[in-house]
Amino acid sequence: MVASDIVITETGRKPAGFYVPVVAAAGAFFGVFVGAANGSTLMGLLGGAVILAVLAFVLVDVLGTGQEKAGRWGSIALFAVAGMLLGGVPGLVVGGLAGWFFGWFAYWVGFNRYRAKLVPYLTSGQVLWYYTFRVICGVIFFFLIAPIVVVMPLSFNAENFFTFTPEMLRFDPEGYSFKHYRDFFNNPDWQQALWNSVRIAPVATILSVSFGTLAAIGLSQPHVPFRRAIMAILISPMIVPLIISAAGMYFFYSRLGLQGTYWGVVLAHAVLGIPFVIITVTATLVGFDRSLTRAAANMGANPVTTFFRVQMPLILPGVISGGLFAFITSFDEVVVVLFVGSAGQKTLPWQMFTGLREQISPTILAVATILVGISIALLTTVELLRRRSERLRGMSPG
Amino acid sequence: MKLTKTLMTTTALTVAAGMAHAEMADSLTLVSWGGAYQASQTKAYADPYKEMHPEVEIVWDESSNEAVAKLRAMNEAGNITWDVVDVVASDAIRLCDEGLAMEIDPDEMLAEGDDGSSAEDDFGDLLVSDCFIPQIVYSTTFGYRTDMVPEGAGAPDDICDVFDTETYPGKRSLEKRPINNMEWALLCDGVAKDEVYDVLGTEEGQERALAKLDTIKDDVIWWSAGADTPQLLADGEVFMGSTYNGRLFSVIEEQKQPVAMMWDAQVFDLDGWIIPSGLPEDRLARALDFIMFATDTQRLADQAKYISYGPARHSSAPLVGKHADLGIEMGPHMPTDPANAKNTFLYNYEFWADYRDDIDAKFQAWLAK
Repeated sequence: MVASDIVITETGRKPAGFYVPVVAAAGAFFGVFVGAANGSTLMGLLGGAVILAVLAFVLVDVLGTGQEKAGRWGSIALFAVAGMLLGGVPGLVVGGLAGWFFGWFAYWVGFNRYRAKLVPYLTSGQVLWYYTFRVICGVIFFFLIAPIVVVMPLSFNAENFFTFTPEMLRFDPEGYSFKHYRDFFNNPDWQQALWNSVRIAPVATILSVSFGTLAAIGLSQPHVPFRRAIMAILISPMIVPLIISAAGMYFFYSRLGLQGTYWGVVLAHAVLGIPFVIITVTATLVGFDRSLTRAAANMGANPVTTFFRVQMPLILPGVISGGLFAFITSFDEVVVVLFVGSAGQKTLPWQMFTGLREQISPTILAVATILVGISIALLTTVELLRRRSERLRGMSPG
Repeated sequence: MKLTKTLMTTTALTVAAGMAHAEMADSLTLVSWGGAYQASQTKAYADPYKEMHPEVEIVWDESSNEAVAKLRAMNEAGNITWDVVDVVASDAIRLCDEGLAMEIDPDEMLAEGDDGSSAEDDFGDLLVSDCFIPQIVYSTTFGYRTDMVPEGAGAPDDICDVFDTETYPGKRSLEKRPINNMEWALLCDGVAKDEVYDVLGTEEGQERALAKLDTIKDDVIWWSAGADTPQLLADGEVFMGSTYNGRLFSVIEEQKQPVAMMWDAQVFDLDGWIIPSGLPEDRLARALDFIMFATDTQRLADQAKYISYGPARHSSAPLVGKHADLGIEMGPHMPTDPANAKNTFLYNYEFWADYRDDIDAKFQAWLAK
């Protein structure tokens, strides 16, 4: 039974000696940031604690559950007005959100609601950990996502700098524009780079997938000698620092006349992609039933037919996800292409890299936003395809 | 067989798409700095050149920053992929000394000035190396936020205002290398301008410059790319900062930021082309043809329509006109304009060639302290 299905623990008003300090502590924490932004951290800390302590007492003990709705709206209004006085329109929004949160938080703590969905026998320590754990997860998630999210509004900046202008913070339409997106689609440098990336990544992916899948199938045969050593060598591009592979490739490819050519970059990227394919395909091959190939042979199929009609459909999810990783490796790669490529093979990451160094232009942010969108779309598609194929296979085995 | 077919078709299509246009015609790879500077070169040199020679495909590589290292690697690998490389004069001198750049005979390989002067006379003493074909004179100078000038204090107009944190509080951005910073520090520590390099050549002089820099170290944000200071100024992160004058021009006139120039003690430097040595004959011919065209009097004057750097030819100066988009006179924005050039330095190539490694090491050690 899932604990959240029913309310197990009685909720009721907690003593003021418990909830007032808790809410005040949260207020002090919030106040530190507001105070720091307005000149005095200490004032913010003390002010936040006092205001929130009073607010919590008023909401829980004076208004209570009877007037909860009015109390929470009042809290939102109060913070929104305070925010507006301190920071204009953005302050209003932030204040409103803070007011909503603290209104909810005061009731949540004051009326023991935090235990409502938990089993009753948990100790206070366990309840505390239950929520601490969730907060930690949330913080980690925030830490991973925030840098990507920050880029998106900045890419609509009307100015040529990586700055939230006052107009943007006021939500003034004047402060936003699509000009960096227009620049990306009209500038021949960016278009050339995009075109190069689009030409290089799929071909490199096909090479990595073909070689990687074959290698994984070969290496999964028990009779192949030195399997581990061969595997280690094939995986090594993933482990050896990229800059070393890149420098090595540069000198090696120069001798072969491949440096600075389209096929040189494609080969180099294929080498980087192969380990991903080998690893994912090897993982799916573990679950592959070898008697199926024997059965196919028994029914007269030659090895090639067996591979395409029996083995391939079964390991396809592994092949696709390996291919996806190989594609993204090639699409994102900047170190190797700087060495192995020449200006004629300038890829998107290369263009972004030099653009960032020579000229801090938000066009890079616009490109980054577009790439993030493409990555999300790509991952979603592949995941949906994978689920579909799993569902189909579940219905018609073999 | 559906799966097989799908796989084969996708493969064939992708490879075909990849192969398309894989072969290039006569290509000319130009290496430059990216940003507004490269844009000005594209408009003033490359676009008109392409019009005259539609068969040549011009490819830009924004690698001038690591040109020396890359040319060394290319030379070692025996595979030079660049045709014409834009470098600052000091890099050109190094490349020439190492034999990585080709020697140029100005009168033979460069166009005459349109006033009839020979190329050698037209460039004059800006031909600082046998391999170097100067394009522009640029300067490293300070810009400051006009809205952050403290009340009561006038606008900063003296290099020593950089070191005066009492009158002008706030962060400064300085380049993360000793060149220019050491000279400015000594100048503001009471050393006369013509003695700066004599003093800087001694241990005590170097200590003295670092001690002066020490007084503002806590207020300094160090930059390494030319775009950093404009960004920091636009953010209001710094009150004043050094960078190339063309970048400041762009911040002030094109981006309309509340920033002004402080030309005092600006340091002139040169930027120009070199041709890597050891190019195959057909590519060398193309490179020389491009150089001949791109460094003639009119082309150098044209570049000043897009960026506020002074043309390297004497004969180009009278042809400098208005900005192509903004329509403002470019003359007063040139670092060489008499109003701006009251107090200037010229990058001392000989001094820094001799002392760079030594002072660099001391400077880095001081930075880490």
